[in-house]
Amino acid sequence: MLQANAPCNFRKDTLLSFVNWLASTSGSIALHESLYAYPIVEVCHVLGLILFAGTIVMIDLRIIGLALRSIAVSEMIRRILPWTAIGFVIMVISGALLCYAIPVRTFHSVWFRLKLMLMFAAALNAWMLHRRIAREPGVWDQPAGIPHRARLAALLSIALWSGVIIAGRLMAYDWLDCERPVARWLKLLAQCPES
Amino acid sequence: MNQLALVQEIIARLQSSLIATSIRESSWLFPAIEAAHLLALAVLGGALLLVDLSLLGLGIVSTPLARLERDTRPWMIGALLALVGTGMLLAISEAEKLGASQAFLIKMLLLACALFLSLGFRHRLVLHTSDRPRMRRLVAITSIGLWLTVAAAGRWIGFS
Repeated sequence: MLQANAPCNFRKDTLLSFVNWLASTSGSIALHESLYAYPIVEVCHVLGLILFAGTIVMIDLRIIGLALRSIAVSEMIRRILPWTAIGFVIMVISGALLCYAIPVRTFHSVWFRLKLMLMFAAALNAWMLHRRIAREPGVWDQPAGIPHRARLAALLSIALWSGVIIAGRLMAYDWLDCERPVARWLKLLAQCPES
Repeated sequence: MNQLALVQEIIARLQSSLIATSIRESSWLFPAIEAAHLLALAVLGGALLLVDLSLLGLGIVSTPLARLERDTRPWMIGALLALVGTGMLLAISEAEKLGASQAFLIKMLLLACALFLSLGFRHRLVLHTSDRPRMRRLVAITSIGLWLTVAAAGRWIGFS
């Protein structure tokens, strides 16, 4: 039992000591205590969301067939997906800075952990969807050419990215913080330090 | 009663209304409405950007702009209704704070300009400027700039 747990604890401790070290760096403290820098990074994260999620939802709605049927799926992807990529870069940079400003609380945040899992699922879903589109070039531009499963994947994409946004917004609230009296399974999930 | 007192009276009544009080007293309602506000923002952003990027020559180019404008319009209006609905709920729940917030005031002023542009006459500009690329670029940059500033000011309310 002890042996089975050891590697897991080792990894957790390594990550936790890294997060603690990050919180002690002067850059993290400066960003955390800044009057304007932190809010500006938050604003960038919201503006990046408009570009990132806005272009994703339009591409997904097109694939589902709910919007923009006059535009070919291939053109949507060729002309709009690059903007999604730019939005993604903005989200990753501003998001990393936000984590850097508040490392320990973010590490223990249940919402942040949920957000990461949903992001992973959304990314996997997007990768599979676009790999399929790339394999069948042109077919999707026919009115009946979009496979049923692809429409489902686009719908799933909207649901997963919505979940990412909701979990991200809820990170700001402290209901489930380690300091609060929450259920034991949530404390385990958040890897809260033993009190 | 002078005008300032009237405005203060309205703000106080909004803040103490049943809906506003329920939102304030619930621990999860305000965050849930905020999240819905953000989701609607993403849809609005997508619908607006699709047209504005095309006006700049950087987005969809094969579809006529008037068609693109017409196809994205229901999504723009739907998202706007959701944004205004959720925004009003958020606003009345903290009406007294917002009454004194510069960020909120700036947001409302710019929002009025942005709504005027997007609902009032962007589609007319799209129709009548096919031979004037510089005019189109100006419309697109104004639209993107206005809406991004509205969003930024909205986020800033939370810091003030």
